[in-house]
Amino acid sequence: MSVADFPTLTADAIAARVRQGTVTPAEMVRASFERGRSVGAGRDALNIVLWSDEDAAVKEAETLSSQFAGASKGGRLAGVPIAVKDNIATLGLPTTCASKILAGYISPYEATAITRLREEGAIVVSKTNCDEFAMGSSTENSAYGPTRNPVDIRRVPGGSSGGSAAAVAAGIVPIALGSETGGSVRQPAAFCGIVGVKPTYGRVSRYGLVAFASSLDHISAFARNVDDAALTLEVMAGVDPRDSTSADLPVPSYREQFVSPVTMAKPLNGVTVGVPREYFPDSLDAGIRKLCDRALDSLRSLGATVRDVSLPHTSLAIPVYYIIAPAEASSNLARFDGVRYGQRIASGDGLRSMYDATRSAGFGPEVTRRILLGTYVLSAGYYDAYYRKAQEVRALITGDFTSVFADGVDVLFTPTTPTTAFAIGSISDPYEMYLSDIFTATANLAGVPAMSMPVGRVEGLPVGGQLIADHFAEPKMFRVAYALEQALGDEAHR
Amino acid sequence: MSADRYEMVVGLEVHAQLRTRSKAFCGCSTSFGAQPNTNTCPVCLALPGALPVLNKQAVALATRAALALGCTVHPTSIFSRKNYFYPDLPKGYQISQYDQPLATGGRLAIQTAEGGEKSIGITRVHMEEDAGKSVHDRYPGVTAIDLNRAGVPLIEIVSEPDMRSPAEAGAYLRTLRQILQYIDVSDVSMEEGSLRVDANVSARLKGDTRLGTKTEVKNMNSFSGVERALAFEFARQCEQLERGGTVAQETLLWDAARGEARISRTKEGSHDYRYFPEPDLRPLMLDQDWIAQTRAAIPELPSARKSRLAADFQVSAEDIEKLTANPAIAEYFESVARASGDGKAAANWVMGDVLATLNAAGRDISQFAVRPADLAQLINMIRDGLVSHAAARRVFAVMAETGKPPAQIAHEEGLLKVGDDAALATWIDEVLAEHPQEATRFLAGERKLQGVLVGFVMKKSGGRADPKRVNQLLASRGGGG
Repeated sequence: MSVADFPTLTADAIAARVRQGTVTPAEMVRASFERGRSVGAGRDALNIVLWSDEDAAVKEAETLSSQFAGASKGGRLAGVPIAVKDNIATLGLPTTCASKILAGYISPYEATAITRLREEGAIVVSKTNCDEFAMGSSTENSAYGPTRNPVDIRRVPGGSSGGSAAAVAAGIVPIALGSETGGSVRQPAAFCGIVGVKPTYGRVSRYGLVAFASSLDHISAFARNVDDAALTLEVMAGVDPRDSTSADLPVPSYREQFVSPVTMAKPLNGVTVGVPREYFPDSLDAGIRKLCDRALDSLRSLGATVRDVSLPHTSLAIPVYYIIAPAEASSNLARFDGVRYGQRIASGDGLRSMYDATRSAGFGPEVTRRILLGTYVLSAGYYDAYYRKAQEVRALITGDFTSVFADGVDVLFTPTTPTTAFAIGSISDPYEMYLSDIFTATANLAGVPAMSMPVGRVEGLPVGGQLIADHFAEPKMFRVAYALEQALGDEAHR
Repeated sequence: MSADRYEMVVGLEVHAQLRTRSKAFCGCSTSFGAQPNTNTCPVCLALPGALPVLNKQAVALATRAALALGCTVHPTSIFSRKNYFYPDLPKGYQISQYDQPLATGGRLAIQTAEGGEKSIGITRVHMEEDAGKSVHDRYPGVTAIDLNRAGVPLIEIVSEPDMRSPAEAGAYLRTLRQILQYIDVSDVSMEEGSLRVDANVSARLKGDTRLGTKTEVKNMNSFSGVERALAFEFARQCEQLERGGTVAQETLLWDAARGEARISRTKEGSHDYRYFPEPDLRPLMLDQDWIAQTRAAIPELPSARKSRLAADFQVSAEDIEKLTANPAIAEYFESVARASGDGKAAANWVMGDVLATLNAAGRDISQFAVRPADLAQLINMIRDGLVSHAAARRVFAVMAETGKPPAQIAHEEGLLKVGDDAALATWIDEVLAEHPQEATRFLAGERKLQGVLVGFVMKKSGGRADPKRVNQLLASRGGGG
């Protein structure tokens, strides 16, 4: 192979070559930056990368190589350049959440997930653009301008983790980290034609993920194929003493369970795929419906039993989400007060006005809207009507999932999004934008694992198919995803 | 004005710092007096992305306190966020417990001024974290923030409005502090801020069963300050009501120097804290066996120790109170009393020379050089006539300095009693020679002068002469005999 192949190489392939000694980590890092330049990752073009430092990244790669000794040529991600959403704490590069309020902030500590990736040899090459504090579905709500979709630069890459999705789709890195609160990895994965996976709540430590809505937030991964997504998750997963909500359960090997239709005719024999009718409304784009039907046919031909099911509380997910998420956000974002770090605007007129000036100038309109909404729903006299009620409905939505899984369904299959990537600036009504997460927010509310994978294209634009499994049933989900990916082959990108 | 038409109603909220080495939700030290902002980390600085992890030792201590106060400890309790903006509150919310606290429904018995006992209800005991400190006087015109205290674990103990006078409030606080000290959950020092008291006070006409509008009084820095603040605020409310006015629900800050409480400019009552369950922490689940073990391991409470010591040793109730005020002193007394077999003498020594020495040195008994066994030995040396009481006090002083055993000191310092007739006769001769008037009168038969002469001999011998033998020897010389 040559370094020119870099944009098409998987993380697994890069690490294998580094371990074999046929390429060096530094070459891979340089190739990543070279690719970034050639596709226009910078602010004046795709606007994927907010912060990067090529010299530092190359140096880190060289340090990594110098630590290789004898047979030990690095870990499972040896020399793999990765991109990280700018709301995950990294050492060396800023962590601003694409917000002015954190302008110049460099974290003095690192997220657990990043540490685990680095321990396996990954090298962080860039911090990627996103919706400010992960609030948005298009990466248009960034203080640093929108990211453009590499598939069609007039369109959004989805959001809020649009920069990381675009970085993977454009071949700048094989894998990248995003975060999900309501679909912020699966939706951009669908829009950019790549794989995005959100694990079970508690599977990956949130330590170092700047909180938006703590009970819904998940560190999640992008990759160009299912195997890399599984590999990335395997590395990050596992209990963390710094996150009380992380699960103290063993991490199985997700990739060992893969069975390809090449080696076995019916690798999904005995697997039941549920198709929830609420995710296929009459209004669903006809092209998307067709591609989903094609994917379901593939699943049948792989041996799976496909069955209609119902998740009756699905329509309540968006209203519930937009109560719980802003409520938690209003509290989580209180720490950005100009006192200890980030931007401070001192009006010279006392504490109250410093708070007002700092926060008014520091937060963009969508963040401000959600803080106000969240403050309102938690106020005395409204708590029971909104927040408490929303938590009750959330339990019903979770119950929908647990009952179909208890009823013999192994995984659910749905479209990831109701539409393909929309044009930049085309949606101005916040509620219309919120509906873009209609099929994804449910899994965050229920805490179940879910992923999006390419199932084809409509008018040249990628369409994602979503798989959802029961809590901690990632092995099953990956197994079905892998078989489907193999069966679809190049059709997934046509 | 007739304030005696009114009855005072008081409920107290006590914050006690739990005696843990590390903070409630991170590993930072809780040590007092460190350089500002050195006991901090991403968690207690509320850096973006940091998460709290509950300190198990804090839970154990809070549970012990709740059980010692007779509360029911709940198998499930919930941490909530109390949201408000303040520069020394780094997260913009305090992690506390709200509608599902650790424990509820306890009682505390206090002694009333009339000598009776009164039971004060404990509404709840919950866990929370402390805020940092705003420092207004260090840099001119600027407020500095010290976050060393931020995240330090506290319990808040909320009483029912069961107290009717400043004295009852004082008795409640002293009893509560003693219990927390005995069970070793808190340093309970108001000076170091490990104990803080807020008082809710209202006035109502005697005989009225409804509660009046209460005000909250804060910023007291001693128990007597609490009592004074309550008296002040009650009088203010009575005056208001007498004039036909009403009491507004507000917060007042006690100014100890001026002896008055002033209405706080920040309207605490109007705060909406927007409590909601803390999503970063799981519900606190305590298993019944663990609660039972914690209960079984509670050290002896003050009331139990008092009755036990009163039953075991011949010591007055008043002295028992003094001896048990502090658990370490009580422990010390009991060891001395047991080892010497003389409770009365042990009590006198502890309340006398021991406390006086400690107070003079500003020391804690844990740092005291005199071991209980050595003090017991000294007591027995007096009993056995080896040293006089006066000499024993000198031995004790050296023990407190050096920590050496009493027999060795008495020997080295020549403080053992002298009963040898020849030595005593020499001292007697000298005394008679030095005091010719008294000598002449005594030898002439004025027997009442014998005591005076014994005193001179004792003084001359530096307390070493055996007074009994001196008396005998003098008596044999006295005239008219």
